[in-house]
Amino acid sequence: MLDTAKRKAMLRQMILVRAFEEKLDELYQRKAMFGSTHSYRGQEAIAVGVCSALQSTDLIASYHRGTGHLIAKGADLYTLICECLGRQDGYSKGRGGKMHMGDMAFGFIGNTGTVGGTVPTATGAALSAKVRGSQEVVVSFFGDGAANQGVVHESMNLAGVWKLPVIYVCENNQYAMTVSLEKSVAVKQLSVRGAAYGFEGKTIDGNDVEVVYEATEAAAAKGRSGGGATFLECITYRWDGHFGGDPGTGYRPKEEIEAWKQKCPIKRLKEKLIAEGHLTEQKFQKTSDKVYAELDAVAKRAEAAPLPKKEVDLDAIYAASEVSHG
Amino acid sequence: MANAAATPATKEMRMQEALREALRSEMARDERVFVMGEDVALFGGAYGVTRGLMQEFGESRVLDTPISEAALVGLAVGAAINGMRPVVEIQFADLLPLAMDQLASHAARYHYMTGGRVKVPMVVRTKFATRAGGGPSHSSCNHGAFIHFPGLKIIMPTTPADAKGLLLSAIRDPNPVLCFESHHLYGIRGPVPEGDYTVPIGKAVVRRAGKDLTIVTCGGMVLKADAAADQLKEKGIDIEIVDLRSLAPLDKETILNSVAKTKRAIVLDEGPMIGGISAELAALIQENLFSDLKGPVVRIAAQAIPPPHSPPLVDAMIPDVGQVVDAVMRLAEGGKIA
Repeated sequence: MLDTAKRKAMLRQMILVRAFEEKLDELYQRKAMFGSTHSYRGQEAIAVGVCSALQSTDLIASYHRGTGHLIAKGADLYTLICECLGRQDGYSKGRGGKMHMGDMAFGFIGNTGTVGGTVPTATGAALSAKVRGSQEVVVSFFGDGAANQGVVHESMNLAGVWKLPVIYVCENNQYAMTVSLEKSVAVKQLSVRGAAYGFEGKTIDGNDVEVVYEATEAAAAKGRSGGGATFLECITYRWDGHFGGDPGTGYRPKEEIEAWKQKCPIKRLKEKLIAEGHLTEQKFQKTSDKVYAELDAVAKRAEAAPLPKKEVDLDAIYAASEVSHG
Repeated sequence: MANAAATPATKEMRMQEALREALRSEMARDERVFVMGEDVALFGGAYGVTRGLMQEFGESRVLDTPISEAALVGLAVGAAINGMRPVVEIQFADLLPLAMDQLASHAARYHYMTGGRVKVPMVVRTKFATRAGGGPSHSSCNHGAFIHFPGLKIIMPTTPADAKGLLLSAIRDPNPVLCFESHHLYGIRGPVPEGDYTVPIGKAVVRRAGKDLTIVTCGGMVLKADAAADQLKEKGIDIEIVDLRSLAPLDKETILNSVAKTKRAIVLDEGPMIGGISAELAALIQENLFSDLKGPVVRIAAQAIPPPHSPPLVDAMIPDVGQVVDAVMRLAEGGKIA
């Protein structure tokens, strides 16, 4: 059983992750953001449960719906929102946008817009961890859609062969953009694939942050002690459409969306803490208001921050070489 | 003594051995360097380049892998970001498209797209060349396709010495480097400087000095350019050969300096002419030196067909020495050389 302080911290983190998505949506709707959003609302327990169970030296690789992972791993909110807004102060100086960042300073390997594209990256980082004999564990976040990419299969096979310290966190929100899981795979649970690669596969409740935390903690301990990879299929649901311009209703029944909103991960933990006498509705509201207000202030600063200059930096495509030639 | 130090001792060897020497010395010097690929450990690589490395450095640094090109390149990206210096062998350039997303949209872009926060110091080595018997999936010259992806460095050594020097530079480079090794050049012996010898990436070399016409070329085509130059010498035409050695970054200075001097240029490439490195070179020369040129820049490159199997079909597809000689003679008449 997790201690109360830890659970309260995770509750606050989940509120922050949601508030961030809502802030991005607001910016998107009033056309203050370039490109689109990929809302993470509804899936907060996964990013927060996983990252809370990691150590600061552990690494994550993310994907297009990645802002939640970054926040949970410790990204700086101002720098992150600046990148979403294409500002010079952003993680990638405005070059990447919300789908293309990376900063090893907080253990974030990177995210890209190729679905499944960072699964080998995470696996390779785990290979490095193993070759160097470090204690790092790497989490590869991806969705159910990515599970059907060839390179994901290839990478997991290698992780199995080499017993790499990697946790494959498959966020099964049941739709790859608009295509349902039933149309995409012939198995009931994606986690059965773990067996094909020679490591454990588990399907867990992705809307229960404590369950996610405990499963991650166990998988990380296993990875650290040389036990190899784990496939964690986290069953969840995205409340919103695939991207900002998609209401998400054309291919999903309204009743289904509403039913999943009742399984809200924030609501679940909040009600549990209240029932246990560790929290009151008023205290929750106070925390929530504070998180939203802090984020508002950060977003205002980011909106006021300058865009990059209109210039092409050809030298920026390469890192500076320090090789001397003799 | 000072002179002796300035000119290092050399040893005769083939390109495979020179590449192996680079890998071996860098693995000994830097424990972050490791090698992975299909058949690279126990078997020593399909072309023997990695022979003996597993025995010397152990199985944790020389990794035999399943046939998973996309994941090999992808894992190298992740290992590189997380502190290692991976060197991946892909047996044929034809198989690079399997890993294209990882090369083009990941390895090549990380540094730029993360605002310089993420670095990807990795090398992908591959063999290429169009030759009889290879056929459509084992003898492609697709190097030209990769110049479209800013962020990749591309090297193409021609001599054993350059093979060692460029590969050493590539392993030490903080960027992803794609190394194209020509089948035509693997068996050729040449002197290789001993010790720590690097050749800068992005620097072409004048392989043969001449005054009448410049042939800009790379890889196995350097041999054909040289054979053509020998024949033309007998006709009193003095050819200069610029060997690119690196396709990205491209050494514009050496190319343009040579053509500014000779005022006539042929670009010669084993890859398909359309949209390839030959197109890029011809455009580069004409954009910069149009009013100095005594004739058009002539492109000689492979026909735009998949590489075929049978010898006559291959011979018809890729440039030969006679074609180069004929092209020079046509330019010579128009430009009144000799």
